[in-house]
Amino acid sequence: MNEYLMLMRNDGNPMAGLSPEEMQAHLQRWTEWMGGLAAAGRLVGGRPLGSGAACVREELVTDGPYAEAKDVVGGYVIVACESLEHAIETARGCPVVELGSVVEVRETDSNVLETDG
Amino acid sequence: MSDPGAVVEHLFRHEAGRLTALLVRVLGPGRIDEAEELVQETLATALQRWRFGELPDNPAAWLTRCARNLAIDVVRRRSTAARLERDVADAFRARAAVEHVEACFADEIGDEALRLMFSCCGPRLPAPAQVAVVLKTLSGFSVPEIAHALLVSPSAVERRISRGKAALRERGLYAIERAADLEERLGVVQRTIYLIFNEGYHGAHPDAAIRQELCGEALRLAGLLVAHPVTGTPGTHALMALLCLLAARLPARVDGEGELLALREQERARWSPELTELGFRHLGASASGEGLTPYHLEAAIAATHASAERFERTDWRRIVGLYDALVALADGPVTRLNRAIAVGQADGPVAGLEALAEVGALPAYPFLPAARAGFLEALGHVEEARESWAEATRLARSTAERRFFERRLRESRPEREG
Repeated sequence: MNEYLMLMRNDGNPMAGLSPEEMQAHLQRWTEWMGGLAAAGRLVGGRPLGSGAACVREELVTDGPYAEAKDVVGGYVIVACESLEHAIETARGCPVVELGSVVEVRETDSNVLETDG
Repeated sequence: MSDPGAVVEHLFRHEAGRLTALLVRVLGPGRIDEAEELVQETLATALQRWRFGELPDNPAAWLTRCARNLAIDVVRRRSTAARLERDVADAFRARAAVEHVEACFADEIGDEALRLMFSCCGPRLPAPAQVAVVLKTLSGFSVPEIAHALLVSPSAVERRISRGKAALRERGLYAIERAADLEERLGVVQRTIYLIFNEGYHGAHPDAAIRQELCGEALRLAGLLVAHPVTGTPGTHALMALLCLLAARLPARVDGEGELLALREQERARWSPELTELGFRHLGASASGEGLTPYHLEAAIAATHASAERFERTDWRRIVGLYDALVALADGPVTRLNRAIAVGQADGPVAGLEALAEVGALPAYPFLPAARAGFLEALGHVEEARESWAEATRLARSTAERRFFERRLRESRPEREG
């Protein structure tokens, strides 16, 4: 098992066009998805991201691309998965995918030394 | 933080209605579109947070706070723009506007939804526009959902809603407490709720879940009317009683396969005892004052059915009497048709057929030939009965209705063939 970071990338706000009833149905699907991962002991953590953002470089701080409406990271979760394939399969079930958002899957290297050894 | 699975059913939709009403009061009826946008933003913000499992203990209060902050942002942005362009007076006005928002949210008394409902039901606005605009602003349905529920095109729904909103902008919010024409306006509001319920109860929509949703929404809106001291009149209690007693039968109206069942065939144990009891309680509350409304009579008819433990024990004599009174108060072909059906039960099929002859023009209404078919069948005129069942089948407005009449046609065979 390794931990994978899953970033929810939105182009604009995909929720804006949903009706209240559809929003609630979407929330329900999230509850089931996250609840399933938690029940399997695979959910390491996750948070929604707010609008405060900055890019820090040497001598230069900008608010970077994050303040733009496009390509907003709405939140992240960290999930334990067997492999990248397993992580991709897991991310496919994330309800944001059906709204046209992108889930970026990144392997963390927390266990790399152990696995290599 | 509690279990994210604990969001109550339709919370988003119901809160959308409450918050829209509140924001219309805050921003003014001229800016109802802006109010709706803020509600949408509030709900989207909630979804963004809550989906990660951060459900607050009191979701409604959380939404109210979020909507309030967004409204203040809007007012502040406008005040900043004003300050840049104009003078100190504008800045003061802007400050007052923020205070107004805060005050509105602080003394939220729950009447906003009622006030908006009355404002949406202007006497000159056609009933379909009232229904559409109430479902949109107070019930939180989207345009495609309303179109789907009412079986009309989204563009027709758009037209009805924009007509309703234009009337709202023009005439402003209705002041329930000091209105001179309250009685008349209350009548329009009651009729709108009745129409929403009817659309769910008798409408042609093939999906039972959608129809139940409309009935539930009508019950919720009627509940708001009942709870207010000014609008909770005997007539409102009668309407509420009627809706409760009819809604009580919803679970028994279809069988396990989703097929419609006639009143005679329904398993009365499946009628909701809670709704029946609530209906009787409101019927009791309706029996004060002088005014007798059609809702009183219709509720009394529904109560007579609810009181009969079996179909065979129905007090048809009493029901005919109530229909006579209803015809005298609010005559119409559908009322006469229902009266004729009751006459047939009370006095036999010959009397029923005679009463049917007095119904008048009711074109393309399948329950007219269906009633005739029932009486003819009871008289043993099987061939004529079958013709009438076939006619009802042709006129059926939904798959469920058609299958219901087809079944009756199949079952209507001479003994020797069966």
